Parts: sequence; C-alpha cells; structure tokens
Amino acid sequence: MPESIQSYLKPEVKSFPFCPGCGHTTNLHHLDKALVQMGADPKKTVIVTDIGCVGLSDQYFDVHAFHGLHGRSITYATGIKLANPELKVIVLMGDGGCGIGGNHLVNAARRNVGITVMVFNNFNFGMTGGEHSVTTPIGGLTVTTSGGNIETPLDVIGLSQVCGAGFGARLTTFDKELPSIMAQAIEFPGFSVLDIWEFCTAYYSPRNDLDKQAMLAISEAHSLPFGILVNRTDRREYTTNLAAQPAKQTKLPPDLSPRFGTLKSGKLELILAGGAGQKIKSTAGILGQAAILSGGYASQKDDYPITVKTGYSSAEVILSPEPIDFTGMMSPSAALILSIEGFQKEKDKLKEMGPGSFVFLEQSLPEPVTQAQIIRVPFEAIAKKVDRNSVALVGLGVLLSKTGWLSKESVEAAIGIGQKAAWLESSLAAFNAGWETGFSV
Amino acid sequence: MIQFIDGNEALVQGALKAGCNFFAGYPITPATPILLSMMSELPARGFTAIQGEDEIASIGFCIGAAMTGKKALTATSGPGLSLYSENIGLAIMGEVPLVIVDVQRLGPATGSATKDASMDIQFVRWITSGGYPVIALAPSSVEDCYLLAVHAFNFAEKYRTPVFILSSKEIAQTRMRADLDLVALPEILERTSPASTGSGKAKAVSFANELMQPIGIVGGEELSRFTGSSHDEWGNLTKSPEVIASLNHHLNTKIDADDVALWAYSGPEKPKTLIISYGIVSRSVNEALREIKNRETGHLILKTLWPVPETVLKTYLAEAETILVPEMNHGQYLLEIERLKPVGTKIIPLNQINSELIHPKRIAEALLEVSHA
Repeated sequence: MPESIQSYLKPEVKSFPFCPGCGHTTNLHHLDKALVQMGADPKKTVIVTDIGCVGLSDQYFDVHAFHGLHGRSITYATGIKLANPELKVIVLMGDGGCGIGGNHLVNAARRNVGITVMVFNNFNFGMTGGEHSVTTPIGGLTVTTSGGNIETPLDVIGLSQVCGAGFGARLTTFDKELPSIMAQAIEFPGFSVLDIWEFCTAYYSPRNDLDKQAMLAISEAHSLPFGILVNRTDRREYTTNLAAQPAKQTKLPPDLSPRFGTLKSGKLELILAGGAGQKIKSTAGILGQAAILSGGYASQKDDYPITVKTGYSSAEVILSPEPIDFTGMMSPSAALILSIEGFQKEKDKLKEMGPGSFVFLEQSLPEPVTQAQIIRVPFEAIAKKVDRNSVALVGLGVLLSKTGWLSKESVEAAIGIGQKAAWLESSLAAFNAGWETGFSV
Repeated sequence: MIQFIDGNEALVQGALKAGCNFFAGYPITPATPILLSMMSELPARGFTAIQGEDEIASIGFCIGAAMTGKKALTATSGPGLSLYSENIGLAIMGEVPLVIVDVQRLGPATGSATKDASMDIQFVRWITSGGYPVIALAPSSVEDCYLLAVHAFNFAEKYRTPVFILSSKEIAQTRMRADLDLVALPEILERTSPASTGSGKAKAVSFANELMQPIGIVGGEELSRFTGSSHDEWGNLTKSPEVIASLNHHLNTKIDADDVALWAYSGPEKPKTLIISYGIVSRSVNEALREIKNRETGHLILKTLWPVPETVLKTYLAEAETILVPEMNHGQYLLEIERLKPVGTKIIPLNQINSELIHPKRIAEALLEVSHA
C-alpha cells in the first residue's frame, strides 16, 4: 500500500481541458484530495467514465481508467466490481448520463452494489451545446427549452434513496467538505451516490445567470436539499451478499450408455399431445432416454404456449437406430393424443398419417380425420386409479406394449433416471397400468 | 458419456470447459436456458453470474468483467442483440474478449419467438458502425454447440474481440443423443498477463495485429487504460491522423480468416453440384442426400461464417458447375458466395421463412431439377 502519494493526477498533466470556471476542474481536484485522504491504492482504484465533458476525466488520474459509452458507465463499473470486489470503483458521470442511463442508476441502487457514482451536475448537456437534461430546473433556459424548461428535474439522490442506495449526498462544487464526503462515499460499503451541483460556464450558467445564490434558490424551489441525505448500513453490499449465497452443487445430465440391447425398430416418429399438467414433456424425455438406453438415437422437441399452466402441451420424438439429422416430422409412426387441447393442436398432422400408423386417442375425444389405425383408450380413467397426474405415462405404456417398439425394462430404467424418488413409484405404476392395458386394446 | 441434451445445454458445458467464469444475461426465448444454467453452474464453481436489468446492462457487465481478466459470456436472441449493438461497437473498439451467443429466432421485432430461422447472419456482421470484422461461428448440431463454444472463447482471447455463436431455436432447444467426450477439443487458450513495459502501465493494445496480446487488466499490477474513443497503443485519446489510421487499420485487419475458418465437407473430391449450408439447414441437406442416396453432390457445411472463409470457399467453388444455397432467410449468405464463385457457375438459392425447417424433400427436388437441367 503506497503511503505517501501526494497526488493521483498524472504528473505530466499541468491542467484540465475544461472551460474556465467549469465545475469539473474543481471537482476533480477535490476527488484527487479525497484519494489522498483515503491513501487509495492506485492499483485497486478504478475510475469509470462515459460521455460528456466529464468523460474526459479518467485519463488524468494515475489509477485504472475505463471510458465507455454514454450512460453505461454504471454497467461497466458493476461488472468490474462483480468480477473483483476488492476494487474501489468510482463512476464519474454527468447529468446527461443520468438520463440515458437512469435505468442503470435505479438498478445499481436497488442491488446496493458497492460502487460510487459521482454526478457532475451542471443542469445541461455541455458537450453537445447546452441542451436541457433530466436535471434542468423548471424554467431553465437552454437551446432546447427556449421558453423555459417545463419538465420536473430528476432528484438523483431521492431516486437512489427509494431504490435502496446506502449512501447519498447532494453537494455543490463550493463545499469545503466535498473531498471528505467523496472519500466517505468511496469507502462506503454499498452503493453511494453524490449529486454535485456545479457551473457550466459555456452554456447553462451564463444563460441563466447561475451563481451560488441562484443555485441555493433552485435547491429551495425544487425541494432538493443539500447534505448527506442517505446513510444506512442495514443492507449488505451486493457482492458480499452474493458471496454469502449458498452454492448449490449442480450435476450433469445422467449417463445414458446403452444397456438394453439394440433398438430393434426402424426409424419412428412419434407425436405426444395433451394438455398442460399431463407430463407430456417429461414423458417424451423418458421415451427418448429409453431409446438411447436401448442403443438407439433420439430427438425431442417440445411445444407449449407461453402460458404454461394452461392450453396444449405437445412433443415430437424421433427414435432411430441411426443418428438423426432432420428433426421435423416426415411421416409420423404414431400419435398419442390425450386431451382436446392436444387434439386441436395436432389434428392437421393426423390427417397426413397413413395406413400402418397408429393414433392412440383418449376415449372421449372426437373422431379425427386420418388414415391411421385409431385406438381409443380411457387414459384419463386409468390414470385416475394409479396417479392422475401421469396420464402421458399411462399413454406411453399402452403405446409401447401395443407396438413393442421398446422394452419395458428400458422405459422403467428411463423413468428411474429422470424422476425424483417421491414420484418414482407412482410413475412406474402409471406406466405399468398402461403397459398392461396395451395387451387388450 | 452419452447424454440426451439440447444445444443450449451443450453450449453451457462447452463454455465451462473453455474456462468461462463470468456470465450476465437477460431472459429471452430461446436463449433463456443458457441464463438459467449459468446462474447455477457458475456460482457452484465460485464464479459470478448475474441477470441484468436489460440487455444493455448485461453486456455492459460482461465488458467490465472481461477487462478485469474474466472469460465472459452472454446469451440473447435477435431483439436482445439489437440492444447489445452499441456495446458490441465498444467491445470491438476496446478489443474486449467476449463470447456472445445469439440463439436466433424468426424475426424481425418479436417475430415468432419460438420458431427457427437464420435471421441474424448479416446483422452480426454489420452490427457496429464502421463495419469492422467480427468472428461468427454457426453450430449445426448439439456437438457443435459444445465444440464451437470452446473455439469461440479461444478466438476471443487470441484476437481480443467479441465472438458470436449463431445458434438457433431448433439446435438450441431440441434434445438429441450426444456424447461430448467424443468431441475433439482444441487446446484451451488462457489470457496472457500484461508484459512488463517498464513504465508501470500496461499497454492497452498493439496495432501490430499480434495474437494473444497481453491485455491491460483492470485492477491488475500495471495501471490499465480502456477507452472507446480513438486512442494510441497506450489507451490515450488521440487526434493524430497517423495514429487513428493505425488503430483503424489494425481493427480492420486483425482477424486472420484462414486461422478461424471451421468447416466440414462430405462428398466427392470434385463435385459437379455443390450444396453450401450452415446451421440447422445443414441437417436437412444431410438427410436429403442420405434419403436419395446421392453420392455425387458435395456438401460444404460452414461452421465459421465471419470472416468469410474465402480460401475454403474458393477451393470448393472452383470445381462445381452448380451451387445450391439453402437458407432459412431471404438469402443472407448468398452474395458472399456469388462474389467468390468463378464466372459461369450457376447459383441456386433455396429460401424459406415460414417457421418450419426446410424439408429434406425440397432439397431433393432442387437437386433433381439440377440433374434434369
């Protein structure tokens, strides 16, 4: 840790490039003093800026410097802090940045991520010629508000406060305490934000006769008080919070090395269709896994509406002794239709199914137009006796015992692989009930 | 190990294999499963994953983290990519190693969120002002998702640039049997630490198109300087026309197309008819050729789309009389092939944007027409 840094400004820099009287110059000298006061380690300090005159600032400091896009500095700073929580990350942005990047301000405060945002607030866009910004006072004259600004100025600290920021202060560039409050903000263990009011001597100040007195009047008129307005340590800083989260172990998908001989059938294309809650998706997975356990290849494609708890649920499963390329349906071998939603969804595909293919249809459903052999089964009624949630597994049992396309053991093994122990018994019972039924339909 | 997994899952496994240790993303169909996986896989390994407030923040987090030395990943789809675009410009300008997965869906705008199409091929190529080159890889299969994730991280490190993986709904969300242990992976490249320059500062970049440049690490031992403005090799802002010319020349020439070219070819050595495909369409072509037992047609599958693998393309284009280019868009790669083909070679586009995969029958019919012509 360097003990005796007298200034963090680059020695070769004799002056800042800002207009005479610009608040940025004063603020940056104050920031330098704050860093000296803190004894900041340059290698552990990052200044992040974005666009606007203030965006020129980072390059004058002998610390890590990061200059990005307009309004996005808070996002880079957050990424840096998340990646390396031991760094002190300081964002210098203008009031313009607070407008375009307001969403990031809101969310950094909400997360309480341990970065410091210093807004060099001169009430307008200085870099582009003095347009009004989100902080321009009511009545403020700018090139885009020639009749006086009619938009309520953003309360940067108030907004941050309601979003959960830990530390917030509104100051002026004249404040003698500015360096020490800057240091306090940087050292604060959480999200800290400073709204530092200052002069834009090129545009806003001359146009609006802004002096120190006028600034105080704006504060009064808009109920935007000065001082440390937020200082709470009851919320833990984001990266600390994140590190304290219990890390759950993850596991790879199960190994499906073949263990049940070889897939005897040729290529099969199967449609499973029903309603939400019938376990279509998981049953399609079991079917695919059973084929792989039997030495074959499989593909599974699910389809359901975004409102997952209602409407149809369908899956297309291809089983093949050879690797599968095309995952669309070319000529379905069988369809398992378990509810009216599934029927409506797939009825056009049933029309194209030819002789030699099967439609396993819930007893109560209407007659589909198809050349396939229709086999009606009371799937729902059978499921009710064993496990009313496993209609699709009952259906799979019927389909496979009737067709003989996969062995019972391979499906039972697949059920065992995928299911939680609590559901295993009822799932197996549902499949077996279907399997037995399949011999008599 | 044999698994029953989809492309999104394989891509996550590839990213972890490549050493990915930071992820930020925002939910969007059909890329969301990558976000969900990374939100559990990275913390389980002591790394960080975060869901941003929007796509802009998500890629911003990644850029910040990448410059501290992390191998960062983000994943989105077309509408999210639109929001990424300003920061992709920054990542190109600031030479940020970053992997961006675009699980394409049918667009524009919201389009058909759960349907497949190859809509973003030209979008990623021209995503930044200035049109600087990018690297974009296109998987055709679950195994490709795994393999190309590793290549993408390697290329990102090697060339210090964002690398796109142009997946798509059908590859990303259709489960297939896959044995990823059988996929031969390249050696995994790790970022080099900043060279000691004697001045106590890390060079931001070298304009000499060096590979595996030592990057200034934000928070590293040597003070780093990152900027999206025109800069010199030390990351200092510049107005010098000579330096600006060097910077932009470097950005425009730094990627070696031959080095990043990945492709697969099957068929006779000198095919009269050649099909050039990429992404999920390659699988329809494979199916069609197998179905009709066609062994005379060559099939070139491009796994690298950008920069255009010109050497490879020219080699195959030199021999063929007819080229079939099936695409699930209005012909986004067609012009790249047209500009490289010898005079007189006939090109037949085959395009489909109707939310369905190109049926192998359509490929077979097109081939039949070629042979009758």
